[in-house]
Amino acid sequence: MEMAHKLPVGPATEEELPASARLLASFGLTSKVATRHLDFYYGDTQALFDNNLDIALNRVTAIIGPSGCGKSTHLRVYNRIYELYRDQRAEGQVLLDGVNVLDPGFDLMELRRRVGMIFQKPTPFPMSVFDNVAYGLKMHYRLSKSEIADRVETALKKAALWDEVKDFLKKPGTSLSGGQQQRLCIARSIVVEPEVLLMDEPCSAIDPIGTAKIEELINELKANYTIVIVTHNMQQAARVSDFTAFFFQGRIIEFDTTQKIFTNPANKQTEAYITGRFG
Amino acid sequence: MRYRPPTGRKLVNWVVSGGAAASALVGIVFLVWITWEVLYRGITALNWDFFTHLPTPPGVPGGGMANAIVGTLVLTAAATAASVPLGLLAGIYLAEFAEESRLGDLSRFSANVLMGLPSIIVGVFAYALVVLPLGNFCGYAGVVALAVIMLPVVTRTTEDMLRLVPNTLREAALALGAPRWRVTLAVVFRAAKSGLITGILLAVARVSGETAPLLFTALNSPFWFHSLAEPTPNLTVTIFNYAMSPYHDWQQKAWGASFLITFGVLWITIVTRVMLRERKG
Repeated sequence: MEMAHKLPVGPATEEELPASARLLASFGLTSKVATRHLDFYYGDTQALFDNNLDIALNRVTAIIGPSGCGKSTHLRVYNRIYELYRDQRAEGQVLLDGVNVLDPGFDLMELRRRVGMIFQKPTPFPMSVFDNVAYGLKMHYRLSKSEIADRVETALKKAALWDEVKDFLKKPGTSLSGGQQQRLCIARSIVVEPEVLLMDEPCSAIDPIGTAKIEELINELKANYTIVIVTHNMQQAARVSDFTAFFFQGRIIEFDTTQKIFTNPANKQTEAYITGRFG
Repeated sequence: MRYRPPTGRKLVNWVVSGGAAASALVGIVFLVWITWEVLYRGITALNWDFFTHLPTPPGVPGGGMANAIVGTLVLTAAATAASVPLGLLAGIYLAEFAEESRLGDLSRFSANVLMGLPSIIVGVFAYALVVLPLGNFCGYAGVVALAVIMLPVVTRTTEDMLRLVPNTLREAALALGAPRWRVTLAVVFRAAKSGLITGILLAVARVSGETAPLLFTALNSPFWFHSLAEPTPNLTVTIFNYAMSPYHDWQQKAWGASFLITFGVLWITIVTRVMLRERKG
């Protein structure tokens, strides 16, 4: 009963709450991010259709589905990164703590400080390991040099990378291995203390050992962060996530606990996908 | 299915690769020939006086081109200082902000046209723009002409180099909450740094050998360089004058100056290459 008032409010309150919101409420969970009637267009082509999804606070939500189903597109609306491209546009609402971030008045830099993103390919900046992590920190906070050094170290420790790079902080970020680069990117994101971490297939360019380390990391990070992970790898979704959304052709076909989706999906398409019959 | 014997394809392959190799050889032969000739004839004209003394009239022994060396360095440096910031900013605009804008297309088109413009026309333009109103030939006019030649080169290489930076890097920086200008300066510029430096040095190399635009503007002078408000001594116009003269000692000096410019430009190019390779490794 306590949970009800924490659910996102806004213009949607008059309507009945979507199934995803009711699902989280049934577990007593708060919805950190919620999309309402989200449509997305690449030029004239519509890629997302009426997406309603609730992302639980401090839980891992996986987004799965075949290639081209709109998983990444959906994720890229959360921090409005799609706005880099002129022909892309979103309609509907993305509520962060109940406030619509698609509102043009919502401060983009503030949004992106609160909602960090990890990309498919590691994207270390062309600067040293230390500066890579310090970059966002210096941008968003006024800190002394020693504080910066402390926070960079903490972030690298949280990203399980400190022991591997502590003697190479001056080396270029690009000199690390692929898996290390990706953990560097995670450190770079969490150092600015975001509330939500978006991960767009973070392991698809990483070898199995690097993947295992990143998955372990996701498990540790969820205590403090709300994580949304897009993945092609269903075993990975099953291993790391608490909730799973199945996307198909731009629509959210099914959303439930990961346990339910992978053992007893309600929808036939979901079942066909997770059992490997298509996609 | 009828079998087609490979003899025909082999022949075509042989002819095409042979032709390609021959063409490459022709290009290299001329390069080596010119370089050798300049080196062989020029190096004998170089001595200490060449770098420290003013020119002497024909027939008078000694003398050098110190004034022209200084003048060329000043003209090139001033033109670089004027055109590089503008060119970098224009390149940033074209690559980062003007993807589908009319102004962007227009600027890009103008830059391309400007790059193909014969440099003598740029010289006449600077003559009309600066020399006529001021009433005398002067270094400023030369700087304007050289800067106009450099500007489109720097603009277009900057745009091309910035476009080579993958969008994923821009997205990553934007996703951290960086504003667009910081993304460009701190991340995209760094990633493109070696390309940008190469572009600037190529533009420098190009204008340091220009003669035609200086004929109408900076002209030349047998005296020490004083100010850009006067005719400014420079190597290329000196080469032009000396090489056309009937005096053997002047022709010798023209070879010396040619040597200096050729190997100066070659040196810039090689240093850039080496520098870039070390950065990468």
